[in-house]
Amino acid sequence: MPHDLFREIARLVLYVVGLVAFGAFNAAYLSLLERKESAWFQRRRGPVEVGPFGLLQPVADGLKLLGKQLLVPRGADVLLFKLAPVAVITPAIMCLVVIPFSETIGARDFSLGLLMIYSFGAINVLATLLAGWASNNKYSSISAARVVAQNIAYEIPLLLIILALVMVTHTFNLREIVELQSGGFWQWNIFQISASPLMPVAFVIYVICMLAETNRAPFDIVEAESELIAGAFTEYAGMSFGLFFIAEYVNVVVGSCIGIILFLGGWQCPFGLLPGLHWFLVKLYLFCFAVIWVRWTFPRTQFYGLLNLSWKILIPLSLVHLVVTAILVKLF
Amino acid sequence: MRAFGKYLKEIVTGSWSLLVGMWITLRQIPVRPVTVNYPYESLPMTNRFRGHVELIRNDETGEPNCVVCMACQKACPSNCIRVEGHKPEGAPHRIPTLFMLDFTTCSLCGLCVESCKFNALEFSREYNQASLSKEDYQMDLLQRGGKETH
Repeated sequence: MPHDLFREIARLVLYVVGLVAFGAFNAAYLSLLERKESAWFQRRRGPVEVGPFGLLQPVADGLKLLGKQLLVPRGADVLLFKLAPVAVITPAIMCLVVIPFSETIGARDFSLGLLMIYSFGAINVLATLLAGWASNNKYSSISAARVVAQNIAYEIPLLLIILALVMVTHTFNLREIVELQSGGFWQWNIFQISASPLMPVAFVIYVICMLAETNRAPFDIVEAESELIAGAFTEYAGMSFGLFFIAEYVNVVVGSCIGIILFLGGWQCPFGLLPGLHWFLVKLYLFCFAVIWVRWTFPRTQFYGLLNLSWKILIPLSLVHLVVTAILVKLF
Repeated sequence: MRAFGKYLKEIVTGSWSLLVGMWITLRQIPVRPVTVNYPYESLPMTNRFRGHVELIRNDETGEPNCVVCMACQKACPSNCIRVEGHKPEGAPHRIPTLFMLDFTTCSLCGLCVESCKFNALEFSREYNQASLSKEDYQMDLLQRGGKETH
């Protein structure tokens, strides 16, 4: 028994360290990928000075952020101001706990994994709201109001899509959802036209909502540097800003993981060969590439456009998808 | 019904335009970057660039074309050119022994180049002129000669 206990503790510690390292590594190198990719799209070179091909640039950036003084603006709500970066990074890391990276790699096999991810994902909004409110800055306050309106608008179609998907899979367990999609790419949920002819559309809606939930361009009206300086993050300096930055990328990774698990077959191979971690990582980074690609293609939407898109197009479409799925599930 | 058709059409055309946009950016990836990695590589400077003035030398002898007529020194509105010369025995014209340009006061107006009737002065294409000391801008054009085309 003590042996088992020891093993369990060792497993726990290793997974905590591993997941934090995975999150931080991805945040660092996705920021580099973002800069490189934007350079490719704009016929520039991107970072090339630090290390070969600029590969050590994230280290330099991190050291710079670590070396800066943490400032608290006068009149700020000190407790909330300091709490917000913690509250934004913790749920982002927590979400990684239930994600199955392969058949054997996954910190926790949780029967309500999908639900848990969206519960923790909702804290992200609260944390940004706290940051904006506690900063005692006009830009930050506007940004805080925007983040709530935006995330309420985009959580509805997102959860409707998830709901329709769960009606097909009958489970909230992410591992089981992936196992249901084994075989070839025609088994993936995105191609389950027989479950609902709108499945590919549902995937597109998922991606749009995920971009909005993670406050990525073209939906980054929370940060909107041309209108709001940096929105809720205006008053943050040094590593407390760094935490928001890391959290943004970890959220992108989590959103991509969920997209892959729900629609693109998780660790399954497209041709039914050698499923495993490598397929998950290939899909994950292709997905992240696409997320960055979208950011550097489309200009930021206006606030009205953002809400119109959600309330007038995405929510009706996802409702139709939900109803069609329900009818088909009932019939067959 | 018509409004609904228009609504659907807007969704389809809108989505299509997004795809077109993404294709446009994707096509840029294999294109060579236009950035010139400046300290390591640089482009040739254009012909009409006005750097500091320099002496034109005779192609055969390598001696300056300058005959020390002093036109440039007189033409200079900020008195930044100082020329001295002498006429050796048997030489066809005077030759300069000193040609100093004080680049700290030169405004690159070009009156000296315009006033030169002997094809002896021109603008150089030197643009890497940053320096931490003032003395670097007291230029001895007799020493600097030669065409530097960066």
